[in-house]
Amino acid sequence: MDFGKLFQLIIAASLINNFVFTRFLGLCIFFGVSKKMETAVGMSITFTAVMVISSALSWVVFKYLMIPLQLEFLKIIVFIGIIAAFVQSADTIMKKISPSLYYKLGIYLALITTNCIILAVPLINAGEGYSFIESMAFGLGSGIGFALALVIMASIREKLELADIPAPFRGLPISFIVAGLIALAFTGFSGLITL
Amino acid sequence: MFDCEMSAKKTTLLVTFALLLLSASELYAGVGGGVEAKESVDLIAVLKFTAVFLAGLGAIFGIGLAFAAKKFAVQEDPRIDQVSESLAHAHCGACGFAGCRQYAEAVVMKPEVAPNLCTPGGKATAEAVAKITGKEMTQLEPKIARVFCQGGRSRSSRRFKYEGIEDCKAAVLASGGDKSCIYGCLGYGTCFRACPFDAIRMSDDALPVIDPAKCTACGMCALACPKKVIEILPMSKEVLVRCHSKDKGAATKKNCQVGCISCGICEKVCPYNAAVVENNLSRINLDKCRVCGLCVTKCPTNAILDYIPKRSKAFITEKCIGCHKCVTICPVNSPSGERKKRHAINEEKCIGCGICTANCPVLAIQGTINYPEVKEAFEAKKAAAAKVKAEAQVSN
Repeated sequence: MDFGKLFQLIIAASLINNFVFTRFLGLCIFFGVSKKMETAVGMSITFTAVMVISSALSWVVFKYLMIPLQLEFLKIIVFIGIIAAFVQSADTIMKKISPSLYYKLGIYLALITTNCIILAVPLINAGEGYSFIESMAFGLGSGIGFALALVIMASIREKLELADIPAPFRGLPISFIVAGLIALAFTGFSGLITL
Repeated sequence: MFDCEMSAKKTTLLVTFALLLLSASELYAGVGGGVEAKESVDLIAVLKFTAVFLAGLGAIFGIGLAFAAKKFAVQEDPRIDQVSESLAHAHCGACGFAGCRQYAEAVVMKPEVAPNLCTPGGKATAEAVAKITGKEMTQLEPKIARVFCQGGRSRSSRRFKYEGIEDCKAAVLASGGDKSCIYGCLGYGTCFRACPFDAIRMSDDALPVIDPAKCTACGMCALACPKKVIEILPMSKEVLVRCHSKDKGAATKKNCQVGCISCGICEKVCPYNAAVVENNLSRINLDKCRVCGLCVTKCPTNAILDYIPKRSKAFITEKCIGCHKCVTICPVNSPSGERKKRHAINEEKCIGCGICTANCPVLAIQGTINYPEVKEAFEAKKAAAAKVKAEAQVSN
């Protein structure tokens, strides 16, 4: 096991190829839940957990079912199915086993089911031919990257509420401008690691 | 929960058919992961295979989810839904729970949670919840938001000119706000915007005015106010020191014309010892206060306000036995008359405090705010006395 490679994968997924700021995926949730720090943190935790587990599940299905059966072209639909089934069962089980966790994070689960980052991670894993551990590391890195983006954005937007913003820019427009500026800053990470 | 799984199965089935069409076109074009290497593709075989694979996967997921739903089914008390329906659904948090659903669960599951916490719902909701949960209904004393500042723009001074955004929370960031008095209302209307029931309006003097008919005492304004000028208090306690200034008297007077200067007159004048000056601020103990309004008339700065718009004056009925008690007890010397003859009240002097009503031995004084409750107590006492007398006769 090459830990250096895994670390590089995590750094690359979270900073250099940050899903929100360099690939511009998952913007709906990104702008939806970044209004408050509390929801942003809840979403980040749920998101990262679902990302890691769903990339592991899809890796297993892809490697041991779809490649032997030569059904790789079905990966989009199959991955959507896997994620949806996993999120739904997680929702059901969590409600029974840990109601307190369910009330904290359960509301975000429904939003996650159809999120594009969650789908993108297994697809990239499959495309790049990552191993099981690498897939999970990539999922974790992407989750951390998304969490970072959400927390940064939420803390800025909480301050923006009180700022004197020109009327046409109030609300979503200024958030888009801020997201663009952060994205610009994130380009500074490019070239940090060459994979 | 279960029909959710059913629909998931149906969706999977539909998607399978959609995919059959889609992937067919992909195959003709020669793209798609696994098939591009082959020169010719047995379309029918691949389609069959795909259909079987997806149907199998869908079936596994569907069965798994259905199994999970059965195995991990959460038994919910049907009363929770009933309670939830009868709540106000303002999601104001006045009950102390995160939302209406959480309160509904708590009130059904936990015996110590009272059924009357939904203030926006009022009496009807409390009754309905009590009926569903089988708990004893105790009427919650109606409450209202009270503003503890009277120093509007015209009656208080400002330290500097604030030119930021019109919001108290923002103004507070600028070294505590522009008002000289750091305890006072800033008047930028944060409470007005926080109110979910449209019960607050800002007066011309930039002070919030609560509409008692609309206010449900949900406490959103009290929460929003950065100066904590708004408090949620019982509606029946209508005499309050409308000031929060803990500055020394001289400083308060310099900053504001209507602030409490902690002179202590209210403390001396209160017949029930309800007003207490502490930390340079008079505060009325609501448990002791009988809303007589005496302090209101004596307060030199008018910091104490009477929320009753017009107090009705006392008058003495023919039941009067001329005991002279009202004359000795009246704080403003309005009753007069000779002993053993019917007394009279000077309406100009009377402030409608009701002290005489409460102390009249024959319930001859009417018209004050406390007359109904005094009458009730008087009749209860009379009935009790009659009962004791009857019992004594029976035993004899």
